[in-house]
Amino acid sequence: MSGASPTEIVRFASGAIIAHPLRSGLTSLGVVIGVAAVVMMTSIGLGAQKRVTDSISGLGSNLIIVSPLQPRTPGGVMGGAGSGQSLTDADTEAIQRQVEGAAAVAPSVTGGAQVTADGANWNTSIIGVTPEYLEARDLTIASGRMFEDRDARQGRKVAVLGPTVVTQLWGDADPIGKRIRIRGAPFEVIGVLGSKGQSSFGRDQDDLILSPLETVRSRIIGRRIKADSVQTIYVKAASEGELASVQEDIDSVVRAEHKIQPGEEDDFQTQNLASILEASKAAIGAFTVLLAAIAAVSLVVGGVGIMNIMLVAVTERTREIGLRMALGARRKDVLAQFALEAVVLSLFGGLIGLAIGLLGAAGIAAIGDWPFALPTWAIPVALGFSSLVGLVFGAYPAWRAARLDPIEALRRE
Amino acid sequence: MIQIEDLTKTYVMGEETVTALDGVSLSIARGESIAIIGPSGSGKSTLMNILGGLDRPSRGRYRFEGDEVAHFSDDQLADFRNRRIGFVFQSFQLLPRLSALQNVELPMVYSGAAPRARRERAAELLERVGLGSRMGHRPNQLSGGQQQRVAIARSLANQPDLLLADEPTGALDSATGIEVLALFQKLNLEGLTVVIVTHDRGVADAARRRIAFRDGRVTEDVRT
Ligand SMILES: Nc1ncnc2c1ncn2[C@@H]1O[C@H](COP(=O)(O)OP(=O)(O)OP(=O)(O)O)[C@@H](O)[C@H]1O
Ligand SMILES: [Mg+2]
Repeated sequence: MSGASPTEIVRFASGAIIAHPLRSGLTSLGVVIGVAAVVMMTSIGLGAQKRVTDSISGLGSNLIIVSPLQPRTPGGVMGGAGSGQSLTDADTEAIQRQVEGAAAVAPSVTGGAQVTADGANWNTSIIGVTPEYLEARDLTIASGRMFEDRDARQGRKVAVLGPTVVTQLWGDADPIGKRIRIRGAPFEVIGVLGSKGQSSFGRDQDDLILSPLETVRSRIIGRRIKADSVQTIYVKAASEGELASVQEDIDSVVRAEHKIQPGEEDDFQTQNLASILEASKAAIGAFTVLLAAIAAVSLVVGGVGIMNIMLVAVTERTREIGLRMALGARRKDVLAQFALEAVVLSLFGGLIGLAIGLLGAAGIAAIGDWPFALPTWAIPVALGFSSLVGLVFGAYPAWRAARLDPIEALRRE
Repeated sequence: MIQIEDLTKTYVMGEETVTALDGVSLSIARGESIAIIGPSGSGKSTLMNILGGLDRPSRGRYRFEGDEVAHFSDDQLADFRNRRIGFVFQSFQLLPRLSALQNVELPMVYSGAAPRARRERAAELLERVGLGSRMGHRPNQLSGGQQQRVAIARSLANQPDLLLADEPTGALDSATGIEVLALFQKLNLEGLTVVIVTHDRGVADAARRRIAFRDGRVTEDVRT
């Protein structure tokens, strides 16, 4: 025997919702906020992940970064990367000599200084490097030339400028052959780097000066570090497949060089892009899940709001329920009508919340110069979840309605 | 059509039990017109509710066309109410948000009738009770008599075998009440079995069979 068709039940359910537009709207508001919050948090989290991925990939491919690490002090506090001075030229040489599959080994020291030229001045970072730095960091020369080992050995004061520095000092003019002063010392400009643009963190990657390692160590950084100390050694693996083995080899070579006994803490660390990427992605991912979970709590609050109003509706419409039963509605028809009413309320809130969440995320992305990530799966998930919230929190009120005794219900005022 | 044997309904309220029906036996044949009378609290409504499948007896048998209604499941009872029974209540019991037409359609929604067929039948029924021009009106835009006629049209929607009316004129003035009763009479003449609970002696006399109740028992069962 056929009962009421699903379309009719949907019609009854939506009829009741439309009959009280304000009340229905307010009831949905909890779900609106919940879904909007979840969507926004997820989208922002994904945007952050994308940005980090982009910026780390921008560091160069197959890159391994070796940096000093202060060993654990007796108190157990660990120094951050770059805080020590454990790396030296000897490490660079050892890596060059002993690690197979290292296509480029580039030691570097970094200092900041004011640069003046022809009356203009500019603050930038001076990086002391060897010629191999270009290959390790995927840099190119736009004009002029890179300095050679010979320049370095002779302690020549030559500089290769990032495009930003050129623009700041001379505008459009050709800087090759011009003189600049860094911390008062005269340098000759011999080359200009190709532009790498902004990193996705918004840092200008063209705002730097490269100069021979020895020159920077003695002239710019001076007595603050030991004469043979290097801050970071960039090692480029010949291929992605060799990345892991090269990293392991570097570890063992530097450990041997530093005479670190098995079981002792390293005073340096090696990181490859993949592991950095993975670690940051994992951290952001966990943070996103946390935020989304907090946001999901408001979805539950929204569900409780729906349950509350549905319980009120069942009480208010007891007579209607009794009448429908008297006219032949089966218990499951009544159950479906009220459960659907809750689902429609929640789904409606979910749709609005989804729109607000996406708009909000896009707005934040626009204001914060942040990549907008639209997780396509978020749409069915958000709508599925809001339906589920409606179903879960509508189930009890609907069950109460279906369980009513028709005579009692009809008699109710 | 209907056989009732030793039908008993008791309500347990804490310590005491109320016997609303106390061993009622009677049978109703197709096409009968019956008036049920009796003082307040004598069990008239209780009997009507059981006859209509809204309530179950505590004891006794209720056979409808040979089926034991007391053994019906909840769903079977719902379908029984939907197909076999037409109810008319004292307080009309129309859904305020629905138009007269939609109210009449309601039983047909639960019987699964196609929307078009349903609408046509509802319109035809409203036509028959003299409300052809009021189909789009909501209950609060109709007089009491008109509302009760909508309710009667609704009770006829699925061509029931039995029409049950519990004090259908109780909320109407006497002139309107007479009109409504005339409608029942007409329906009965067309072959519908009609059972009406009433306090009105005149109505009772007009029926072809009169059953009187007192304290849950039948005290009089006469054909006039
Ligand atoms: N749900 C209930 N719980 C307890 N007692 C009830 C219930 N329903 C009815 N009764 C009792 O059953 C008895 C019969 O009630 P019923 O409604 O059948 O009377 P009635 O003849 O229809 O009276 P009236 O003419 O006032 O409508 C009354 O004593 C009433 O108090
Ligand atoms: Mg009564």
